[in-house]
Amino acid sequence: MELHRALKYNHPMIEVEKLTKIYSSSRSKRTAVDDVSFSVPKGEFFALLGPNGAGKTTTISILATILSPTSGEVRVDGIDVRKDPHLVRQKIGVIFQDPSLDDRLSAFENMEFHGRLYGMPREVRSRRSEFLLNMVELWDRRNDLVRTFSGGMRRRLEIARGLMHFPQLLILDEPTIGLDPKTRRSLWEYIHRARREWTMTILLTTHYLEEADGADRVAIMDQGRFVALDTPAALKKSLGPEVIILETPEENRDSLRKHLVGRYGPSLEIHDEGEGRISFPLPSHERSSVQLIRELPGTILSVTVRTPHLDDVFIQLTGRGMVPTDEGTAPFHRVYRGKL
Amino acid sequence: MTASPNASGPSGVLDGNLPEQPFGLPSPLIRDLRGVYTLWLRDVIRLWRDRVRLIGSFIQPLLFLFILGGGIRARFSGPNPSLDYQTFIFPGILAMSILFTASFAGIAVVWDREVGFLKEVLVAPLSRTAVVMGKVLGGSTNSLIQATILLGLYPFFGIHLSGFRFVLALGVMFLIGISQTAMGIALSVRMSSTQGFMVLLNFVILPLYFLSGAMFPMDRLPLWLAIFARIDPVTYGVDLLRGLLLGIHHFSYFVDFGALVVFGATMVWIAVRLFKQEAPAF
Repeated sequence: MELHRALKYNHPMIEVEKLTKIYSSSRSKRTAVDDVSFSVPKGEFFALLGPNGAGKTTTISILATILSPTSGEVRVDGIDVRKDPHLVRQKIGVIFQDPSLDDRLSAFENMEFHGRLYGMPREVRSRRSEFLLNMVELWDRRNDLVRTFSGGMRRRLEIARGLMHFPQLLILDEPTIGLDPKTRRSLWEYIHRARREWTMTILLTTHYLEEADGADRVAIMDQGRFVALDTPAALKKSLGPEVIILETPEENRDSLRKHLVGRYGPSLEIHDEGEGRISFPLPSHERSSVQLIRELPGTILSVTVRTPHLDDVFIQLTGRGMVPTDEGTAPFHRVYRGKL
Repeated sequence: MTASPNASGPSGVLDGNLPEQPFGLPSPLIRDLRGVYTLWLRDVIRLWRDRVRLIGSFIQPLLFLFILGGGIRARFSGPNPSLDYQTFIFPGILAMSILFTASFAGIAVVWDREVGFLKEVLVAPLSRTAVVMGKVLGGSTNSLIQATILLGLYPFFGIHLSGFRFVLALGVMFLIGISQTAMGIALSVRMSSTQGFMVLLNFVILPLYFLSGAMFPMDRLPLWLAIFARIDPVTYGVDLLRGLLLGIHHFSYFVDFGALVVFGATMVWIAVRLFKQEAPAF
């Protein structure tokens, strides 16, 4: 038994070898996933990052056995998705980008329905529903029809439902699109709590670097291929330093430049950004941008610290910009305004 | 001596440190049967919640039965002079109720696709055949419930039914329901909007219904109509039902029953085949 278990734990949760998916119709052929290989060990949090149309959704649809690969090998927990799709489905939980609840049933009935479909015995179902509905703070509303729920409540119910059958692999497809910040935070809190409770591998697709930041490893996808695969820290490091942008009155500009050159040496590249702003890359030996800002001479009108973000990684790797997202680049800027 | 399953272990088992699913998995067949039951149960619960639909669905058959039937009654001479038109169309009206409510199961599938619930079902560990069977049985049960209430009106039409014939009639109505639900599901596979599906359905259901002999006797038809009526599978269901309720039938019971079963099985097979191609985008 122990040996059996040990052997089972030796293979990765996800193994993808030379996966290719071609959508062909009578008129055209489109390669959505192009010769992708990767593997995700058990318990890892793995993120697929990339713009719309990069092939993220196709990849996870194949893992979830909804689409079949054109060629290549795909195994989930050692099980071939083509040979035994039902066994694979039993192991995965999916939290979809779009709603997928039955709004004419109550919260509890949605959980029950899910549990029945996954073959859970009655007593396991009811205890599990109670535990999860309490976790997402919907236990008091369990008998209300889902149609009376707000968007945030529905989302929480979907998370609870996705965790219902103890999935060993949780697939999250752009899970926080259109969510308010509070719901977004609690979603991650619930998922991390669930991860502490049992070994769960997480596969996330997202446009947001901020979200992928929590992952153990991130794969950046573009036009059906992986263009990078590394830890978030390593990816960011490859992008270079933070950039500081300072806005000062005209009369202070020269003394500021002199201070910066004095501090970092004549090799510092200072750019004029126009509108009274100058920018420079923060040298790596400067420990804290806050410390620097405190010590700047004269009047500073505003300070912007730009940390590298997905757009930068993406442009660097592909020479093109990402499709703009509704969030823009806001999460990656920290702006200090007023007197410092 | 009862074995204690994982589930009834100490508290915390269901919420703590388990690398595996803490429940035994059923065999594929049992899992599929449970899945069929679950999908069926959902449809029945939804019908019960939606009592407006339940009541509203009686209005159309009653209009046909009393207004159209009442108007034509005076000028009608059927295969049997003592037979009144309203009584003659009563089995046809039952078939109509089944046709329309059963085809609605197709709309339910389109609706599930629109609101995203279908994805939840399609990533669950049950076969596509089980998904289709669950929807077919759910839809045909719904249509049977409604048709049974209408069937309860039989004493008002001077019909005498033995308990045995009543049960046989229920069986026939269920069979018609299965074939029509399966047809509705097959038609729904490529549809992404309920409005589009309604239009499609009218092109299919109305001809099937009007050609079926539900509203007129099968003898003395013009040749072209007689041919189309014989092609229409609904004809045989209506004929069988009329035979059971009124003792009048144009074809032999054997032909009627055979046609009904072949049509039903074909529709279920097509629905399953088409449904296997269903690949929802995430």
